[in-house]
Amino acid sequence: MDLYAEIFASTIRMSVPLVLAALAGLWSERSGIVDIGLEGKMLAAAFIAASASAVYGSAWIGLFFAILVSVGLALVHGYASINQRGNQVVSGVAINMLAAGLAVVLGNTWFKEGGRTPSLPPAGRFMPLDIPGVSALADVPVLGFLAKVFLSHSIITYLAIILVVLTAWALSRTRFGLRLRAVGENPHAVDTAGISVAGLRYRAVIIAGVLCGLAGAFISTSLSSSFVRDMTAGGGFMALAALIFANWRPWRALFACLLFGFLQASGNYLQGVSVGGVQIPVQFINMLPYVLTVVLLAGFIGKSIPPKASGIPYTKDR
Amino acid sequence: MGPRGELPAWVDLGLIPLLNLTVALLVAGLVVVIIGENPLEAMWIMLNGAVGSLKGWGYLLYYATNFVFTGLAVAVAFHAGLFNIGGEGQAYMAGVGAAAVGLGLEFLPWPIVIPLAILASMAVGAFWAWIPGILQAKRGSHIVITTIMFNFIAASLVGYLINYWFRPVGKMAVESREITGAYIMSFREVAREFFGVRVASSPLNFSVFLAIIAAFAVWYLLWRTKLGYEIRAFGANPSAAVYAGIKPDRIIIITMAISGALAGLMAVNEILGVQHRLVLGFVGGAGFVGIAVALMGRSHPVGIVLAALLFGLLYQGGSELSFAKPGINRDMIVVIQGLVILFMGALEYAFRPALAMLFFKAED
Repeated sequence: MDLYAEIFASTIRMSVPLVLAALAGLWSERSGIVDIGLEGKMLAAAFIAASASAVYGSAWIGLFFAILVSVGLALVHGYASINQRGNQVVSGVAINMLAAGLAVVLGNTWFKEGGRTPSLPPAGRFMPLDIPGVSALADVPVLGFLAKVFLSHSIITYLAIILVVLTAWALSRTRFGLRLRAVGENPHAVDTAGISVAGLRYRAVIIAGVLCGLAGAFISTSLSSSFVRDMTAGGGFMALAALIFANWRPWRALFACLLFGFLQASGNYLQGVSVGGVQIPVQFINMLPYVLTVVLLAGFIGKSIPPKASGIPYTKDR
Repeated sequence: MGPRGELPAWVDLGLIPLLNLTVALLVAGLVVVIIGENPLEAMWIMLNGAVGSLKGWGYLLYYATNFVFTGLAVAVAFHAGLFNIGGEGQAYMAGVGAAAVGLGLEFLPWPIVIPLAILASMAVGAFWAWIPGILQAKRGSHIVITTIMFNFIAASLVGYLINYWFRPVGKMAVESREITGAYIMSFREVAREFFGVRVASSPLNFSVFLAIIAAFAVWYLLWRTKLGYEIRAFGANPSAAVYAGIKPDRIIIITMAISGALAGLMAVNEILGVQHRLVLGFVGGAGFVGIAVALMGRSHPVGIVLAALLFGLLYQGGSELSFAKPGINRDMIVVIQGLVILFMGALEYAFRPALAMLFFKAED
């Protein structure tokens, strides 16, 4: 029972950065800007969060700088894809490399630990919330299990869930959300209605930047207690996969991320465990999210339909 | 006049790329300043480390060999309007082909095994790009996403294969047995064995000629064959190409397979030429360098060879630099790579309007 609680709690933890990054991708791509750079923004944010938190001794200050830097990178992507009408995939690849390189180069200069950041004390991290009364539940049969699974998380985890609700509501119920979706489907129509395509898209990339900042800060200051090179380990791409899996819808993205998070968590716990007498190599569990996404993309299970204008630079008709 | 107005070819093909590259390097210099080092001194150490000695040249050319292969892979796909981000995974999978033939057919003489191993690398690399090609052509799955996913699948799959199939029983290191018979000799070994001359140690081996052949073959394919014409026509204007009787599915699938085969050749240099065994993560980002190389080389084989040499210089110079100046981490190369991709790819036309204005003003 304890093992299951551990795996489910870990599933939620592993899903948080995926959910945040998938929401970031969702906002961006729903506005028509393809974002391959989720990984880079998260990585940069993870590095800056751990660095700033180490220097200023506060996880919140770390988070602030993480969001700042992530939004900065998002604006570079925005400038390249909105103003310069550059290739959005190329821009994303560039941002991933810039972030991966700069994090290690700057980390090495600042802390002289070969790109690592110093280990953070609890005050510098987002620790599991201490919800009153929860510790008393530990030995209660069902409630104890549930408490361990759902109430053992840091504030960012709960924030991520709220952000899913908020995103779903904003995209389907607010004027801004509807316009944003319209700009991702048919920017010409939005332009004709007298609404700025560039303005909407910039707002979308900035939101994506904020969300990636949160995701990165979570990885280095909540999941872990320092930054190490390549610590996002492809999470940005897995979020992208989840986004496709979810057909660019917020609730489905949450469940796709939970599924992928479960695969990651069970991969960690099931190392060397055999199922039905056959040992499943951990590599197969690791590749499952990507295989599932490819199968889905190929249209063998359901059909994924990206926003119509995503990836296409907008040019005003003359 | 629009921002895409006509400019002479030397401006579009020479001045603008040069300007973009200069800006990328200036920003990189700025990063060096920020970390408290002297960029000019850093540049001097890099240059000296790469081209100041025979050993430096050996490493430079060895790195460039890898980058020519992965750069050509990206470029061929670019010509068909496809973005193959999967060079990394294709090369990684190709290593399995190279090692399987190199180890499995060891009993045969090397003049037979080496060509077979090269073919196996190309075939496996091609296969790993062919699937995303098929999925794009027949099922409409976006090539960028599938090739990214295939990179991750390859990373796990090759890890599994090395761990469970290639690793000799009882060996701790996660790598295959050594290929003792049929590997590609390094220049150093040839000089020692056949001429009794000692030359500076470097991993440079005969694969470098394969890179030159590949560059020539890609040029010939793209500009001298019907298939190459179809690839370029399809890339330039897919709907017009369809009216001209070009079958999109066929072009997408064939182009991806060729692209993957080229990426696969990278494994020949690394596995057969240098490591002589299948090791974890031997591609080490070369697949992504290919993107920078292809963008910088304007997807033309001559440009790609030049860009690959420049990145070879950066890689070799970068390692020397990190020895000489511990303050500058080797990952500085990744930063430069990112900046090159940003300024030569995504911000390709950033300086064009200003330049066009200057140019037309001068003409008036």
